[in-house]
Amino acid sequence: MDVQTTITKPVPSSAQRTIDVMPFRSTLAQHHLELVRAPTHTLQINLGFLCNQTCRHCHLDAGPGRKENMDSDTLNAVVAYAQRSHFENIDITGGAPELSPLLPDLIESVSPLAPKIMLRSNLSALKKNMRRLIDVFKSHRVVIVASFPSLNVTQTDSQRGEGIFEKSITVLQELNTIGYGRSGSGLELNLVVNPTGAFLPPDQEKTEKRYHQILKKKWNLTFNRLFSFANVPLGRFRQWLIKSGNFAGYMQKLVSNFNPCAVEGLMCRTLVSISWDGYLYDCDFNLAKDLYMGGKKIHVSEMPGPPQPGTPIMAADHCYTCAAGSGFT
Amino acid sequence: METYYKPEDLPKFEEIGEEAPQLAHKFFEYYNAVFADGELTEREKALIALAVAHAVQCPYCIDAYTQACLEKGSNMAEMTEAVHVVTAIRGGASLVHGVQMRNIGRKLSM
Repeated sequence: MDVQTTITKPVPSSAQRTIDVMPFRSTLAQHHLELVRAPTHTLQINLGFLCNQTCRHCHLDAGPGRKENMDSDTLNAVVAYAQRSHFENIDITGGAPELSPLLPDLIESVSPLAPKIMLRSNLSALKKNMRRLIDVFKSHRVVIVASFPSLNVTQTDSQRGEGIFEKSITVLQELNTIGYGRSGSGLELNLVVNPTGAFLPPDQEKTEKRYHQILKKKWNLTFNRLFSFANVPLGRFRQWLIKSGNFAGYMQKLVSNFNPCAVEGLMCRTLVSISWDGYLYDCDFNLAKDLYMGGKKIHVSEMPGPPQPGTPIMAADHCYTCAAGSGFT
Repeated sequence: METYYKPEDLPKFEEIGEEAPQLAHKFFEYYNAVFADGELTEREKALIALAVAHAVQCPYCIDAYTQACLEKGSNMAEMTEAVHVVTAIRGGASLVHGVQMRNIGRKLSM
């Protein structure tokens, strides 16, 4: 966003307004674009909605009370699918995947099947399960992708819960001690920052540079890469937007930042997401919205291999999030 | 209630170019150049703009640069400190004029 846009096209933050959002597909059509699958290189496995935190921006409404979690039969079906599909990356998420008793078995099973295994961590769940999991992570070179929304304690705790900032710093220090995020260790530690409110994320490259400087200076922390993602107006974040009177303004902001150049690189084109009960989606956000891949409820056990390139991707208004600014990849 | 300042007026700022397009073009071109990354980052410049917005008491600018600061990765603590900086300068500017008062007062006094 250039500065002229900053001062001429802001979105009032206080007032709740009604807004008619042009359907995402219509916006694509206006730009002569279509959203279809490319060759799939990433399998995302969502182990369930159980989480030790109740983050206010969570698109899945994950939390301590959720019972929807993957069982061993489904996990076996997912592993068999990975075996017959030859993905480059396997991306394990939740909820907090560390809370699943099946996580070590899953990592052991899929590690030989893909060159790269990633795990999305909220850090506080890892802190509680560090002893049980860290050897498995290390031996399979699991890439840890850790949520770390802000360098500021108030912003972090406001989004993720009281005391989370301090716990996150402690866990990052432990991970550094083990070798994660340290140069030459082969153990990759990446951070994810996301806005702590109804605004868009900062520039990824500049933020990565600033985080490297400040984390090193204040806490002697190092990491590999940083990703800057926008919050998706689904689940608990959507409820917060509505309740706080920010929904219309946020949607307007996403729509006005639509970037046609971002569409080609959207993650949904190259990723298949599997829910805790084994059904397939184009992405984790469509999973949150029950938009099944191809509009059909297909169980992973029925899938012969990766989705066919050229298949249309299910789209809805939340897709504006990933196509805003530099995109969501 | 009717008010001179309306949030929905802010997006109309660019309409200022309708009567004098060349001047508006020059202004916005300069404006964008000023706020681009240079020796100072865009984030730092947005913090300065936010502070100045408080000094000139422009509600449009406060709205726009509060959002800009957040979107460039600043947090509320940094933004509050920036407002204190401009407040200190503004207060200091009043207070330092006390020297003039003292000079004049001493000249006039026995």
